[in-house]
Amino acid sequence: MKKEDTKPTLEARRAFLAKLAGAATCAGAVVGAATLGVVPAASAKTEAPSDGASFPTKDYDWTKHQWGFGVDATKCIGCLRCVEACKTENDVPLNAHQFRTWVERYVHLEGEEQVRIDSQQDPVNIEASGSEKTFRFANRYKDAKVDKAFFVPKLCNHCTHPACVQVCPTGATYKTEDGVVLVDETYCIGCRYCVQACPYGARFLNEEKGVADKCTWCYHRITKGLQPACVEVCPVGARVFGNLKDKQSPVSLFIRNNRVQVLKAEMGNAPNVFYVGIDKEVN
Amino acid sequence: MESIIHFSPYTGWVYPNETVFEWSILIAVYPYITGLVAGAFTVSSLYQVFGFERLKPVAHIALLTSLSFMIFVPTPLLLHLGHPERAFNATITPHLTSAMAMFGFFASFYVALLIVEGWFANRPYIVEQAQKRTDLLGKFYRLLTLGSYDVSEHALRYDKKWIFALAVIGIPGAHGLHGYVGFMYGSVKAREWWSSDLMAVIFLFSAIISGVSLLAVLYVATCKMRKIPVDLACLKGLAYTIWAFIMVALLLEGLEFANMVYKNREGMDMIMQYVTGPLLVPYFILQFAIGAITPFLWLSYMIWRGTTGKALIVGVTVCACLVLFSVFMMRWNVVIGGQEISKTGKGLLSYHLPLWGKEGALMAILLTTAPLGLLYVLTRLFPPWSDTATHAHS
Repeated sequence: MKKEDTKPTLEARRAFLAKLAGAATCAGAVVGAATLGVVPAASAKTEAPSDGASFPTKDYDWTKHQWGFGVDATKCIGCLRCVEACKTENDVPLNAHQFRTWVERYVHLEGEEQVRIDSQQDPVNIEASGSEKTFRFANRYKDAKVDKAFFVPKLCNHCTHPACVQVCPTGATYKTEDGVVLVDETYCIGCRYCVQACPYGARFLNEEKGVADKCTWCYHRITKGLQPACVEVCPVGARVFGNLKDKQSPVSLFIRNNRVQVLKAEMGNAPNVFYVGIDKEVN
Repeated sequence: MESIIHFSPYTGWVYPNETVFEWSILIAVYPYITGLVAGAFTVSSLYQVFGFERLKPVAHIALLTSLSFMIFVPTPLLLHLGHPERAFNATITPHLTSAMAMFGFFASFYVALLIVEGWFANRPYIVEQAQKRTDLLGKFYRLLTLGSYDVSEHALRYDKKWIFALAVIGIPGAHGLHGYVGFMYGSVKAREWWSSDLMAVIFLFSAIISGVSLLAVLYVATCKMRKIPVDLACLKGLAYTIWAFIMVALLLEGLEFANMVYKNREGMDMIMQYVTGPLLVPYFILQFAIGAITPFLWLSYMIWRGTTGKALIVGVTVCACLVLFSVFMMRWNVVIGGQEISKTGKGLLSYHLPLWGKEGALMAILLTTAPLGLLYVLTRLFPPWSDTATHAHS
């Protein structure tokens, strides 16, 4: 190669390197800014909402909703229609170990200090139902003297500060503007860190899909003005759902007219499922 | 996808979704391997940075060991993922509040650091082979020279500066990496057994003792294989290191447990029922009594009596094996133990380890020992023996 040819090449190389250095500086600044952004992001524990225009239901405005859920444990009769409706509506694996919602039974027997707790997945209850696809509570205490007994429906608490969202390494689990914690099935890597982080045991790995699964409050229904399936089928109105921004909604009235409490408040997750009529053992 | 639904038997009251064990033995293998990486690097740094001359015979193999194990760190995680093909989502679009997302960056940085430091440390050998060999391997070495054949004294001094700088950066790198793994568990507030501020430090110290122990075993084994005498000063140096760090590791674990018991928060009754029941053997007997206290007392005795010769070699090797076992048990007791205690605080689950399958015992053994195969290949390509090879700082 001639010397004359080499010179411009060298200059071009220098110019390229100068640009590269500039780009690196910019990238450094961006990374620095992003790092600084970690602190407020970590403390806020919620994600920025995505573009409203991308929403599948065109006339739904998520900024006008803040969904909330109420559970009146004094009404629940443990029929488990909610559990079955949820499995059907949301294509939840039909087995006795993975649920988006479940019902717990608390029984105090006469002369016993410890409360007895079971749920529909208990082998005795499975035997009573005769299937892992339909559920019922076995009448196992019919011969015992029961002091006190009640049922407690459980589901994802769609926390204001969800630990599952905080730990998700990809952001596949996120909190929507209208207060629902969802999982992007196309982006979740199936690491199950969120399953570990949830204090309420509300998550599981969907084996067929290889991704984390949980209650969505039937997001596909509520954004069309319908009720979550479990609320819809509850024969006694033990489950209440609505928009917290609407002061006359069922859930707003439920919270206003009752002394409500949340589960494991000490975790700092600020759950959005509000309970009435639960006992000290319930967590 | 292979079905991994295995219903776990339980006693008491557990949430329905908990009856499927989500983090299997592979998630215990992952911090174990990462710990070995950090511990091996500690030995390398003690020589390169802090001038522990007696550790010179293991300084190079320490670096290669660290690299071999580090390359295998992601494998248990990848095998465990529901969608391993999406693994890079965590690095392409990392979620900044997630402890796990940041791990990818720490790990990548550390691998790069190990490769660069290894390159500098082995450069004289690479150049020598590149010039000497004419076969395919010669091409490989010529490629590795990256066009730099200068092995003059001046150039080697320059290399040494780089090695020192990289070793200095590597100390927070390696230990930060493993402390971070501890943080991933310690920050999970949903599990009382994990949720501890001390978890990161406990992981770090157990990592150090496991890595140093691995090197002690590897050093004795390679001396036997190469039929050369064991440098007793070096072995004693490793023994002192294990002894010193095992004290801290024991103290920290004791402190954590005492804290938990003394605070006596909700669910502690179940934890006590667990540690005095199903965990009695794996925790108190295997991890502490056999794996930690026995080697600590044995090492103390040997240091006190000035044991030397074959007794020292046998003693340190056995102690190192015990420590390696103890640290694995620690990972097991944290990862599996944490999940055996229900989040309800009212029930216990029991994990049954399958022998076969991608989350089985054989796979765990394979993943833990596979880095040794890679290490063997690396030692053939880049002999780390200070008694034969010419290295930048030997």
